Amino acid sequence: MTEDPSPPSRDALDSPEESREESLQQSTRRSFLAYAAAAAAGAVLASCTPEEREAYLQKRFRELSKEDVAKVVARLEAEYARKYGKPFKVGVEPAIPRTLFGYALDLSRCIGCRRCVYACVKENNQSRRSPPIQWISVLEMDKRTGVDVMESNLYYDPKEVPREGHFYMPVQCQQCRNPPCTRVCPVGATWQEPDGIVVVDYNWCVGCRCCMSACPYGARHFNWGEPHLPPEEANQETHYLGNRPRMRGVVEKCTFCIQRTRKGLYPACVEICPVGARKFGNLLDPESEVRYIIENKRVFLLKEELNTQPKFFYFYGV
Amino acid sequence: MKTIAQSWILLALAGGAGCGVAPQQAPLPGQTPEAVAAATVPGAPSAPKADEYPVPPPPFSEGIYPCSFCHDMLDPNPTPRVLNNHDAEQPLRHGPGRWCYDCHNPKPMDVLRLANGTTIPFSESYRLCGQCHGDKYRDWKVGVHGKRTGSWNGKKEYRLCVNCHNPHAPHFKPLRPLPPPVRPAEIHE
Repeated sequence: MTEDPSPPSRDALDSPEESREESLQQSTRRSFLAYAAAAAAGAVLASCTPEEREAYLQKRFRELSKEDVAKVVARLEAEYARKYGKPFKVGVEPAIPRTLFGYALDLSRCIGCRRCVYACVKENNQSRRSPPIQWISVLEMDKRTGVDVMESNLYYDPKEVPREGHFYMPVQCQQCRNPPCTRVCPVGATWQEPDGIVVVDYNWCVGCRCCMSACPYGARHFNWGEPHLPPEEANQETHYLGNRPRMRGVVEKCTFCIQRTRKGLYPACVEICPVGARKFGNLLDPESEVRYIIENKRVFLLKEELNTQPKFFYFYGV
Repeated sequence: MKTIAQSWILLALAGGAGCGVAPQQAPLPGQTPEAVAAATVPGAPSAPKADEYPVPPPPFSEGIYPCSFCHDMLDPNPTPRVLNNHDAEQPLRHGPGRWCYDCHNPKPMDVLRLANGTTIPFSESYRLCGQCHGDKYRDWKVGVHGKRTGSWNGKKEYRLCVNCHNPHAPHFKPLRPLPPPVRPAEIHE
């Protein structure tokens, strides 16, 4: 066993003889603990399958080399295929250059039918139960009071919508340009991509849920249990930073359907909306519908005063 | 010449108000409704470029379209009145004072007719709706009113107004909402 390379403590400098012995003792204990821990970890890793070991030792997604990304993708695809009994594609498409995604939602059109909520669950492989996870929350509000989140109703369930005297406000990740959630992450497992999408590396997330408490929109969701995804309902077209199946103990959120939008498609919620209230496009493209809306319609940001700078714009189309 | 022009304008106005028979555009034998629709009136707004607004086919009512199936044998009657068979199947709830020939061409009936007398196919019905709902038409063309799918950076698919709004009763029908989320207190697993 070699000597502890750490510099001697202040006590050791004060009274060399006595403290040196103490420090030696201490360092021995410390080294012992360190070695014991390493040995225990080694033993645990040795008892793992090679795949599990690889997953455990995987680096952050952004630090992976091209070859490592390919290895990770292959490992995940094999894992999902085994687990769900059908082939999966885990994409790693990067952001499209000169693209900043923006979203607009027409509050004068939304009727609160929740088609978007379930289209999102299906597209993005959210847990169906124990507990279910939904990235979109539709709030029912009173027309007399206007937008008032505190007085809104998430659990409305009439026979038909829209209900007389009410309007509906779907809330999901606002893809802030100044996101408080990424800043508080202690391990750097969540960040904003060059196209403006805030993503999570589920393999690096430690599940501390700091990001959830930082998000003023309740847009982040935690897998308290093993996610329940029936194999027959699983969407096999996935993205590493998006809808690939998650594990217990990680946080997930809306990614503007990164697996679709980086291929030029609209998000699933846009495609399903029966009233055409949901609009999506490139904020840097003056011809896009989101730009038209921002330039020509009455637009507001949810909780604008918090300076989160959402890229999700609520507007009145009428 | 002057009198001809005047009577022509009068006819066009009457057609637009829906209480007159349109400038007759009887199809020649073997002429299709599209060919009739393509015949435009001088000074009328130009038709959209081909594929400028790609739309799905219009939702024709089975057993009603083609209109010419019955109407070829009937003379157009511009007087608003109760229509037993049409009122039962497609009651007209489209603002006050509307009548069939505000939108439908009296003869041949398988095309629509703009207020200026131009006949258009059903697949371009947005031009007809846009005559009154200009603000919606403007927003629709840029993809803001109504649903547009396809690719955000490429080819987009539009919807005809009538793919979402029944033209005879355009108010959007209420829907049954999908189930609400589970309350935290109800999660037991």
